[in-house]
Amino acid sequence: MPKITTKNLNLWYGGFHALKGVNSDFEVNKITAIIGPSGCGKSTLLRVFNRMNDLIEGVRMSGEVLIDDANILDSRADLVALRKKVGMVFQRPNPFPLSVYENIVFGEKIHGRGSSGDKLDEIVEKSLKDVLLWDELKDRLNHPALMLSLEQRQRLCIARLIAVRPDVLLMDEPCSALDPQATARVEELMRELKNKYTIIIVTHNMQQAARVSDDTGFMLLGELIEFGKTDIIFTAPEDKRTEDYITGRYG
Amino acid sequence: MKNSYKNQNIAFFLLFLSTLLIVVPVGLIVLVIIQKGLPAINWQFLSDMPRQGMRAGGIFPAIIGTVYLVVGAIMFALPIGLLSAIYLSEYSKDDLLTRLIKLAIVNLAGVPSVVYGLFGLALFVVFFKFGVSILSGSLTLGIMILPVIITTSREALESVPQSFREVSLSLGASKWQTIRHIVLPNAIPGILTGTILGLGRAAGETAPILFTVAAFYLPRLPKSVFDQAMALPYHLYVISTQVPNVDEKIRYGTAFVLLTLVLFMNLVAIIIRYKFRKKKKW
Repeated sequence: MPKITTKNLNLWYGGFHALKGVNSDFEVNKITAIIGPSGCGKSTLLRVFNRMNDLIEGVRMSGEVLIDDANILDSRADLVALRKKVGMVFQRPNPFPLSVYENIVFGEKIHGRGSSGDKLDEIVEKSLKDVLLWDELKDRLNHPALMLSLEQRQRLCIARLIAVRPDVLLMDEPCSALDPQATARVEELMRELKNKYTIIIVTHNMQQAARVSDDTGFMLLGELIEFGKTDIIFTAPEDKRTEDYITGRYG
Repeated sequence: MKNSYKNQNIAFFLLFLSTLLIVVPVGLIVLVIIQKGLPAINWQFLSDMPRQGMRAGGIFPAIIGTVYLVVGAIMFALPIGLLSAIYLSEYSKDDLLTRLIKLAIVNLAGVPSVVYGLFGLALFVVFFKFGVSILSGSLTLGIMILPVIITTSREALESVPQSFREVSLSLGASKWQTIRHIVLPNAIPGILTGTILGLGRAAGETAPILFTVAAFYLPRLPKSVFDQAMALPYHLYVISTQVPNVDEKIRYGTAFVLLTLVLFMNLVAIIIRYKFRKKKKW
């Protein structure tokens, strides 16, 4: 059973029709890439899954988005619970101006799980190990997070997210601020993480989509043109527009 | 070509001169006050009651009165100012009501201080029957500094990057938790700066306290918030214009204490802002 299903999902920013009848399935323990030229609605689609679009005034949605069989577009949907389950990594690494340690325990603190000091230490260690930062940072837990390199910051943001124990990781161009080596290492991390999570990544780097993802969706002007296995999308796309895009005819 | 260089130099010179002219009065005021006031300053002057019809002795009750008034004003203005700043920056939509509130704040900042005094007299002294008292004076000063506190707090809140709010919400924090744990802590230095600037303004104003709290002379210190009090700016006015034959030393000494108090608060505000700017990395 897919983790996330969208059924005839439409979204408008005021009068602008940004998502047009999107139908898709996102599988557990897979990385699904959403590709397409700028302004095609891929980030908008991603932000539907944790309802971050709600922050923008004048957004309307129709259709259904099922996560674990519950429609998250329902007006009674619990946004706090949803966002605990569906976490997001942003384009720019954005740790809080706090220490490494405080960044990671932020979620634990606000969700009032009332963990003791030892439990918090454990969470920090585990989260940092999961993003392969523990060895680098274990002696610098009290350093300000803003002193870290960009790559370390992005990993820290992923660690901060993992500490909340989500099921789904939404990644909005997570490597666009990173150099190629750092990008390769973060992609390696994503492959590692997919064993535990459902990962959806938005990228306008087609090579990246081809390298890391299992499934790929191609979007154009708010429509999901084609959705399927990554190797098929990239070698034998059915739609002419997909082919044009991946062969670099536009985008 | 030559001509345009010449014009440029003239322009530079005029601009520089104008800027320099700002420094001169400030420097002169401070210099004169220090020169004439400093000799009066000693422990007795700061800690003693006025004597011989305020022609001798100290200014202790005026200092204490000003401290009470400033503390009272801030206790009233900071919570209300901060909460409305949070509402305006985090919750309000850009609709008619919000624009009305913002307009009201701008206008509140533009009201002449003597009008605040009269308003305080009508509302707090007469209508609420607080009498001519520290409470009435504090509330009047509080209303006067509200716009400063709201405006600086709002700017401080709005300068916290939007991305911090997004991340916090995306981690499942509620809006209030986001404000409480992320937005406010990062805005505190700015809020503090605004508060201290407001304090300085409250300490120095005469007109708002004229009808609401200030006493010409009190033989004893105020015992409760419903007592009248002496205050530095009003005391300075009294000994400069109302009491004949006051030694110049005492007048300038009082001015020196008031100026030092206000400049010291501004200095603290500047230091906080400077430290914060150095720390800020986003």
